[in-house]
Amino acid sequence: MMTKTNGGAPMEASSAGRAAELAHERTAHEGAQLHHHHTHAATSSHGGGHHLLQVEDLSVSFRMYDEGAPYFKAKQHDVQVLHELSIAVHAGEIVAVVGASGSGKTLLADAVLGLFEPNATVTGRIWFDGERMDAAGLRALRGHGLSLVPQSVSHLDPMMRVGKQVEGFANDLSKAERKTRRAQLFERYGLGPEVARLYPHELSGGMARRVLLCCALMDSPRVIVADEPTPGLDLDLAVRALDDFRAFANEGNGVLLITHDIELALRVADRVAVFKDGTVVEETATASFADPGLLRHPFTRELWHALPEHDFAAGEGAGGKGQEQACEGEKESASEQVREHEKASSPVPAQVREGEETPTPASAGAGGFDGKEGGAC
Amino acid sequence: MTKYLARHIVRFALLMLAVGLVVFALVSVSPIDPVQANVGQAAYVNMSEAKRAQLASYWGGDVPFWERFANWAGALLHGDMGTSLRFNAPVSEVIAHRAANSLALMGIAWLISGVLGFALGVVAGARRGGAVDRVVRGYCFLLASTPTFWLGLLILMIFAVQLGWFPIGFSVPIGVSAADVTLADAAHHLVLPALTLSVTGVANIALHTREKVVDVLESDYVRFARARGESDLSVVLHHCLRNVALPAVTLQCAFISEIFGGSVLVEQVFSYPGLGQAAVTAGLGGDVALLAGIALVSAALVFGGNLLANILYGVLDPRMRVNEGGA
Repeated sequence: MMTKTNGGAPMEASSAGRAAELAHERTAHEGAQLHHHHTHAATSSHGGGHHLLQVEDLSVSFRMYDEGAPYFKAKQHDVQVLHELSIAVHAGEIVAVVGASGSGKTLLADAVLGLFEPNATVTGRIWFDGERMDAAGLRALRGHGLSLVPQSVSHLDPMMRVGKQVEGFANDLSKAERKTRRAQLFERYGLGPEVARLYPHELSGGMARRVLLCCALMDSPRVIVADEPTPGLDLDLAVRALDDFRAFANEGNGVLLITHDIELALRVADRVAVFKDGTVVEETATASFADPGLLRHPFTRELWHALPEHDFAAGEGAGGKGQEQACEGEKESASEQVREHEKASSPVPAQVREGEETPTPASAGAGGFDGKEGGAC
Repeated sequence: MTKYLARHIVRFALLMLAVGLVVFALVSVSPIDPVQANVGQAAYVNMSEAKRAQLASYWGGDVPFWERFANWAGALLHGDMGTSLRFNAPVSEVIAHRAANSLALMGIAWLISGVLGFALGVVAGARRGGAVDRVVRGYCFLLASTPTFWLGLLILMIFAVQLGWFPIGFSVPIGVSAADVTLADAAHHLVLPALTLSVTGVANIALHTREKVVDVLESDYVRFARARGESDLSVVLHHCLRNVALPAVTLQCAFISEIFGGSVLVEQVFSYPGLGQAAVTAGLGGDVALLAGIALVSAALVFGGNLLANILYGVLDPRMRVNEGGA
């Protein structure tokens, strides 16, 4: 499976050390180069001796009728959509899950949030802040530690005023406290008090994005699962959205950013998990994308080569199709805007300059990447 | 706003005109001879030719169709709905008397079927696939496929004949002078027809509401509400009801016409002296003025129901409100 080692780091034990691995899942450990299927970014830290969110061997399958068969003869069968997926989010980092549109990334969000369809079978182990979660535990976590930032304004009730929706119904605050906190959040994200009186259809794209973020922050989460939070936003808004996630992560929280846009992911995330065929094939520090030699999985390397600022090489063999899906899906608009923006303004994107002033490790990662790109162009 | 109002007033006037015209046209081509229908078979046979001609002219048989219609429409513009030849009283008086009975019956049936149907629909939708859902759906499908008059007969047989809990017909007790009829008496007579009409009306609204609830529960915003930790009950209370109420209200307002149609049958079965029964009498007796009057009143009711739905839509749905303001 994983053929290349990363700078001599110990390779993942396969099935031999399975028991030991299980025991290791929640034990304290120092920032080793490779453990738990992933490599660390410079920021990755194990606050309290564990990951903030850790998903191990998550499999999701749906029981459904055979679509090809005649109506009355159709047999039920299981369709597996996620296979033994593992991913971890450390305190203070953004982990981007990058995969093609329609490849089932949203199911990962559903599974982590415990939002299962009745016909779904979910297996695997999820740890939150060092505690093993079952279905009831995940349910209790929703809005109480784990929050979702959804994709679009369609996730707001069209018949309810925005303020009331942001305030929510399930958090532990009193009515007055909710109002105060909502007002604080609105102020922080530049939403006027009049926005609270609006209905969702009256929001602009940028306002909707901030409102959705406020919904999540209202519940004071430790981990935010952001499901495609940037499509449909112009570059400015997308960058600002990602800055907001950065700020949230820098407060010692975690973000699981699910996206199809690898360029955007590389800009903001500390680590990138490459999602393909229902599982994470490689989970690595964003910095590894500076050099294809640091990438261990062939698909990830193909992805690297397919990035516009690299050599645009076609994939080796059958992988070519998959890579096209991952790179040239819906993201075109956003990433093209990114490129245009870069050309228009300066060879070194504004992002990087900010990063140099306050060298947070994340922008260091992105900066290194962008710097290389500048040279290539 | 004035434009909106004016448009609806013009529409209403045109509707009334069309309804009147259709009623007159239908009656004029009807094979029923009003004289024969109203004097009775034996009297008609024994009647002299001159008497028949006199009666025929009393029923307006010798006046051309257009002239009759023009006379009626002209009088209507002055607020005169004509005279019911069958009841030998002004049409407005007959309708007012009958409407009091009918509107009570239809109003109660409309309210009960709406509230009960909505509640059943919400519960079934929220628990879709479960036992409650199956029972509610089974009940609705059974009722939706049951003819109203047959159900009326069944209810009559059980509750009036076998159990004897309720009177078998009419709106007031037999043999009691009008002055002595109490409200309790009237209510007692109203129960069975109202029950019949409500029970059949439930199916429609409940099934539609259930579908809508299922849609809402599968929506993005409910997924997000759940992701924020809201319980099933909270989701239904905070997000489901308002989103579902809108189509339910529209449906129930449009349902006024169905209730009206149902009341004609139910009033026949229960010998309940309402508008429906009067309409049947007028139709069979060739009483064109009364029939046209009832048609106008019922058309106005249905029109009012739809208008009410439109207005409520604007009140309930913020998206519609903005559109109205812009128009």
